[in-house]
Amino acid sequence: MMALSKKMLEQEPGEIEMLLPWHAAGTLNARDARRVEEALARDPALAKQYAVIREEYAETIGLNESLGAPSVRAMQTLFAAIDAEPAQQVQASPGLSSRILGFFASLSPRTLAWSASLGAVALVAQASVIGVVLNQPSDFKVASADEPVTRSFTGQAPAPGAFVRFSPDARISDINALLQNYQARIVGVRGSLFRVEFGEQPMSKEQVASLMGKLQREKIINLAVETP
Amino acid sequence: MSATSASDEVLIGRIAQGDRLAMQVLYGRHHVRVFRFGLRLVRDEQIAEDLISEVFLDVWRQAGKFEGRSAVSTWLLAITRFKALSALRRRKNAELEDEAAQAIEDASDDPEVAVTKKDTGEVLRKCLSALSQEHREIVDLVYYHEKSVEEVAEIVGIPENTVKTRLFYARKKLAELLKAAGVERGWP
Repeated sequence: MMALSKKMLEQEPGEIEMLLPWHAAGTLNARDARRVEEALARDPALAKQYAVIREEYAETIGLNESLGAPSVRAMQTLFAAIDAEPAQQVQASPGLSSRILGFFASLSPRTLAWSASLGAVALVAQASVIGVVLNQPSDFKVASADEPVTRSFTGQAPAPGAFVRFSPDARISDINALLQNYQARIVGVRGSLFRVEFGEQPMSKEQVASLMGKLQREKIINLAVETP
Repeated sequence: MSATSASDEVLIGRIAQGDRLAMQVLYGRHHVRVFRFGLRLVRDEQIAEDLISEVFLDVWRQAGKFEGRSAVSTWLLAITRFKALSALRRRKNAELEDEAAQAIEDASDDPEVAVTKKDTGEVLRKCLSALSQEHREIVDLVYYHEKSVEEVAEIVGIPENTVKTRLFYARKKLAELLKAAGVERGWP
């Protein structure tokens, strides 16, 4: 038993010995690489084993390189499958609902508070980017984070819209309830700023101003500004 | 930054937004290595080709969940390994055992190879092919895919110390196969 244990102990690889393959592949960190180099310099048996490893290393690369490459069929199958994916997976940006949910999920309360405090400044920047908006309800395309929000124009009066920033402690259920109360829908999102449309009918300037005032008084809204 | 010079991480970000071109670039960069890793595991070109389509389709679907904690190539190999093992499980065990036995036989019992020893490299390659799936994958990940101890641990799902000892014993097994094929290298 004791002899067996001794034999097993003798067969146990040393720490440096086990690192040799990674040294051959050049994937050790600087500290371990230096340790291995020092051990190789003072231990001829280790150096001999390292030479064997380098041979294995070279042949493994040769073996893998000899395997060739897949046929074009694999790529065709892949992109046919991608084309068959649901539309929301293939559009220029993730689905709006997922972006909204992702937006809230990704920000810490601290980040949300920070973005809320910078709301007015951010709005100016956002509005300048989104200032090219041309309103046409039937052809809205949700823009990605880097794209301006654009719509085609048919001359039809648009439904009123606003840029809205919700308060950091707003819950999704609160936002849903508010949207229902105002017969509103989120049609775009850019950073922490949501573009919201209200109803289907155009409003007078006075009606829009009243609506913005009402929105500003909502507890879960930090900022509400009429869209240009 | 153009799509061709974008890092893998940037490409994944674009893919998460449905950018088909970014997908093509990522595929172009990695599909050969993914194919070879899969092929070494499943030993069937048809299945390996099916694997890469599945792997990259997963990337298309899951890109939004990629957190960047590891290299994209590590993530790809981990997906490939998972799918390859699933494919292997679908095959009959008996079929695999026959195949492995045949591979070992090829490596060790070919008198011509054993006697001539003209090309030690060729014998070495045969013996590398005759290793078990567990040993093949770790040898490939370290030598061919140039993965660190930490990355192999992540791909295979084992502790880092196990990675080191597993490769050591894979090499010992390789030495045994070589010895049986008539090739002595002075280790172990």
